[in-house]
Amino acid sequence: MNHQLIYLDNAATTAVRPEVLDAMLPYFSKAYGNPSSIHSIGREAKIAVETARRQVAAAIGAQPQEIYFTAGGSESDNWALRGIADVTQGKHIITSAVEHHAILHTCEYLETKGYRITYLPVDEYGRVNPQDVKAAITDDTILITIMTANNEIGTLEPIAEIAAIAKDAGITFHTDAVQAVGAIPIDVNTLGVDMLSMSAHKFNGPKGIGALYIRKGLRISPLIFGGAQERKMRAGTENLASIVGFGKAIELANAELDAHAEKLSRLRDKLINGVFEAIPDVRLNGHPIDRLPNNFNMCFRFIEGESLLMRLDLAGIEGSSGSACTSGSLDPSHVLLAIGLPHEIAHGSLRLTLGLDTTQDDIDYVLKELPKVVQSLRDMSPLYTSCEVKENA
Amino acid sequence: MYSEKVMDYFEHPRNVGEIENASGTGTVGNPKCGDIMKMDLLVEDGIIKDAKFKTFGCCAAVATSSMATEMIIGKTVEEALALTNKEVTDALGGLPPVKLHCSVLAEESIHAALEDYKKKHA
Repeated sequence: MNHQLIYLDNAATTAVRPEVLDAMLPYFSKAYGNPSSIHSIGREAKIAVETARRQVAAAIGAQPQEIYFTAGGSESDNWALRGIADVTQGKHIITSAVEHHAILHTCEYLETKGYRITYLPVDEYGRVNPQDVKAAITDDTILITIMTANNEIGTLEPIAEIAAIAKDAGITFHTDAVQAVGAIPIDVNTLGVDMLSMSAHKFNGPKGIGALYIRKGLRISPLIFGGAQERKMRAGTENLASIVGFGKAIELANAELDAHAEKLSRLRDKLINGVFEAIPDVRLNGHPIDRLPNNFNMCFRFIEGESLLMRLDLAGIEGSSGSACTSGSLDPSHVLLAIGLPHEIAHGSLRLTLGLDTTQDDIDYVLKELPKVVQSLRDMSPLYTSCEVKENA
Repeated sequence: MYSEKVMDYFEHPRNVGEIENASGTGTVGNPKCGDIMKMDLLVEDGIIKDAKFKTFGCCAAVATSSMATEMIIGKTVEEALALTNKEVTDALGGLPPVKLHCSVLAEESIHAALEDYKKKHA
């Protein structure tokens, strides 16, 4: 049994940084006030919430009053779509085939309410063509929502171009930037987006806290009724400690953005090159250049993803896969199918996402273990044998 | 989510491989669904002398194919045909409900291999 544990699933979630935890702790049992209370402990809590709001706003080039705290990325995505649908005339929404399920399932819900959704196809790298967005716009279109960076394959979408098209047409534009914020530079004004979803636990903040950026002046219906919190848009006593942690995490991530991106992409590229050198019949999923600095998504022919994950886990390496068996459905990842992969290839996918603590040693260890694991599963695979036989015939 | 026994059979699968001049071979499943199982059987005097498998599939698929081979070696053809998925999964200490469909292939591959054997030896 191996005692090393190498966590390479940072797109799923990250560890809370010690500085973030330190910033949060006082707000559980010392400065535990309700930010709506007018006594001093309440005022102290209010100041903490507003400080965090400023930190989040500053990180994405927004005004503090444009930041609405939510319980995370999925809530922000749900709210953006339903909130716009609620208050806007028109029944057509444009999105892409590779969005997170928080967008896709909300779209499916809206379809049951009479909305028509255009799910734009993507190219082989998972990119939406801005001209396809333009062509899909109708008089009835109320919202365009395209993710900034894909959570599975890491591909960056041409958000600024799409936002410009939406602006020209006078249509609200939302982006799910859950994987992008804290990983690459994001400025809501440079991008030209009207709404943007983010989540703290993707950049070493706590889970269960996120935000929706809503451009000043944009009308959207409230998410929760019952109080004046979040400018009456999302009632409920604030998740104080988590909001503080979110603010601290985004401030740290943004300050170190370039250095981290440089380090992660260097390690990531070493990993990619090493895998391609050591293992035949492997393909890189997602764009080779326009991708998140920490993301490596690959498919190994002839093997199945869940077996691969379990074997890697036994070797102390933690990743994720888009195979059907890991998703609980019969189909592999919708993203891998959307970039044109056949089912049997998509079943053999592996996503390794690096994080703050990933080291050169970790990469070396993966490059030592992964080829062995892949080969042992291929030796067990009837597809591999039949292929070898065919090639030899 | 998997029992210790399932993990044991996944980590150290018994009877992986192929049998040269197998008495019967059966391949079931579909790469589209992410599960393919190939079963080779050596039958002598109506008794299954050896069984080897190869599986493209998840942990549950590998463990059930391996367990199934162990359960039929030494059995008669009739006894092997009577082996059910439930007996295989029970022997593994059960499977999570979402994984039960992965275990169907073990029984199916044995049936396919024995059909092939009967065809060849009719």
